[in-house]
Amino acid sequence: MTNTPVPDGVPTDQVAEGPPIDLPPSISNVEPVLSVRTPIRLEYDFIPSAAAQQYLRAYASKRILGNRSPVDGAVFVPPRGVDPRNGVVADEMVDMVDRGHVGSFCITHLPIPGRRDLPVPYVSAWIHLDGADIGFLGLVAGCAATDVRIGMRVRAVWKPDAELAATAENVLHWEPTGEPDVPVDEAGNRGWALRQAATRGGDDA
Amino acid sequence: MTGHDVSDTVPLRADLVIEYPFIRTTGPVVGAFLTGLREAVLVGIRRVDGTVMVPPVEYDPVTSESLTEVVEVSSTGTIVSWTWVDPPRPGSPWDTPHGLALVLLDGADTPLLHGVLVDSADELATGLRVEAVWRD
Amino acid sequence: MREVAVVSSAIHQVEALTFTTDVQLMVPLINEARSAVGLTQADIGFTCSGSSDFLAGQGFSFVQTLDAVGAFPPISESHVEMDGAFALYEAWVKLQIGEIDTALVYSYGKSSPGSRRDVLAVQMDPYTVAPLWPDAHAVAAIQARLLLESGAVSAERLAEIAVRSQHHAVGNPNALRASTDATVVSVLSEAMVSDPLRPSDIAAESDGGCVVVLAAGDRARSLCERPAWIRGIDHRIDAHALGVRDLTRAPSAALAALKAGAPDDHLDIAEMHSPTTSQEHILATELGLGPDTVVNPSGGALAADTLMAAGLVRIAEAARRISNGEADRALAHATSGPCLQQNLVCVMEGQ
Repeated sequence: MTNTPVPDGVPTDQVAEGPPIDLPPSISNVEPVLSVRTPIRLEYDFIPSAAAQQYLRAYASKRILGNRSPVDGAVFVPPRGVDPRNGVVADEMVDMVDRGHVGSFCITHLPIPGRRDLPVPYVSAWIHLDGADIGFLGLVAGCAATDVRIGMRVRAVWKPDAELAATAENVLHWEPTGEPDVPVDEAGNRGWALRQAATRGGDDA
Repeated sequence: MTGHDVSDTVPLRADLVIEYPFIRTTGPVVGAFLTGLREAVLVGIRRVDGTVMVPPVEYDPVTSESLTEVVEVSSTGTIVSWTWVDPPRPGSPWDTPHGLALVLLDGADTPLLHGVLVDSADELATGLRVEAVWRD
Repeated sequence: MREVAVVSSAIHQVEALTFTTDVQLMVPLINEARSAVGLTQADIGFTCSGSSDFLAGQGFSFVQTLDAVGAFPPISESHVEMDGAFALYEAWVKLQIGEIDTALVYSYGKSSPGSRRDVLAVQMDPYTVAPLWPDAHAVAAIQARLLLESGAVSAERLAEIAVRSQHHAVGNPNALRASTDATVVSVLSEAMVSDPLRPSDIAAESDGGCVVVLAAGDRARSLCERPAWIRGIDHRIDAHALGVRDLTRAPSAALAALKAGAPDDHLDIAEMHSPTTSQEHILATELGLGPDTVVNPSGGALAADTLMAAGLVRIAEAARRISNGEADRALAHATSGPCLQQNLVCVMEGQ
């Protein structure tokens, strides 16, 4: 049996058994240390990639940029300077519109630490901009959480012009446009798969 | 528009700070060493060959045998090797230039890494006798 | 043992990759190494990489870097939080199993956004050592003083190692510290960084990456005129805690060299991953290098040390000299952990 003192709240069946430990008199009749704080703090000077620099600067003037793949023309937002499927450089920049549709979404009922401004429940969604071949994460607001659905058309709600900066925070959230939905079978990544299949079909013909 | 030429602009940059607020359970042996630090006592652990290792761990790092006998060692020892740290490192307990040394405590057989507070590197030498200075 | 060889490699090391992400660094390098032997990702049986999230300041950062490979349709892949040389070891083991004939190995490190010598402090014991934040230069300096005061080496001899590295690095496009003018006197006149280590004693920190393509048997022969055949590879580890080791020695390096067959025949060249001149002296002794072995013809890690890639770069540099006929038998070494705790030795031959 171990004589290991166990911190409060730790189930005894989760304590590894070890041999008894002999302590010298100087520390055998005092309260033992059971745990220790060892915080690690590391500081970095982060410089975004050239593609991200361009993206963020354009974003400050309410423009959204993407990268077009040199292989098959697929458009990636935000731009990362590469086509991740083919492992090639993709440095052609494309101006995107600031509207699209919900590819998928999640309703969260727990608050985020540090975001007291965000009422719960909130909706995080995969936003597929018109002309883009992948989605990215955004908040959906301006309607009841229960009204959000796959295929729902949305547009960006930007911060007031005076508050815009080279930051990902420029779009406050995405709101419904009221346009007819994108059919579920053509929404989000399904739409991308359909376009891929059509491209392959075209090659075969 | 093609290419990613940003050479004509001042680059965007941001401070990125990563913090890991670890709380680690110690187990009985490392816990004994830390208990000793709180009580102003230095302890090691006896290895199977009879020698004493400081700081102690639950197993022999060479033979992997279980070790169980925690023993007190002296708060006084001898510098085995050293360097001079200037400027002091961010996050370290010291905010002025200082020595960093392996100190073989009396009663121990393996040296302990710790800071040595003197005014300049000229005051440091292998073989120098040093003693622990405890917080009040 | 199945015959496995290095058939291609690509290296890129610079002082700082300011505007380049890990992905953008690796895209051209991976394509260079693959296309040099006419392969695409579809031809690669297994992909293995090495990197550190602590350098990127980002959890699971290696997942994003897979973008550089072209990982769609899905590929067979693995990652080690170690130097790419250890990823190469995993790929070599995978090739030994016999189900695949090719492997892609890459690793990269971009340490310039942070303070590398301090980041390395978090590899120490988290209870009793890391909270003191001993930086990597200071820890290596304590080891160097032990070595100097043991009488095993002189400061002049360490300066000679630094000078040789700078001379050899001339002409190496991936070396940061290269000079024909360096002399023992000039090195010894440098101000200390971490007493007794001077700037030239400490490897030049670089950002960069390295890619190696491995192939087995006839596949290797079909891809490369003169493959660098891996005749032995071994990885050994010493205790982690500094106090329980004789820091003037590296028994794990000696054992790895023995197990990899290094002493079996003459070595034309040795590429060692030595973060300091003092560690290079320890390694040369433990690896049993004779006077007729050319040490670090590329300049070695002292000339450019990309954390997480410097070991794989050593394998690539040694393999290139075999493939181009400069050498018939070469040793490449990689290390990890504080003060040469872990050591990998890879012995390659042209025949």
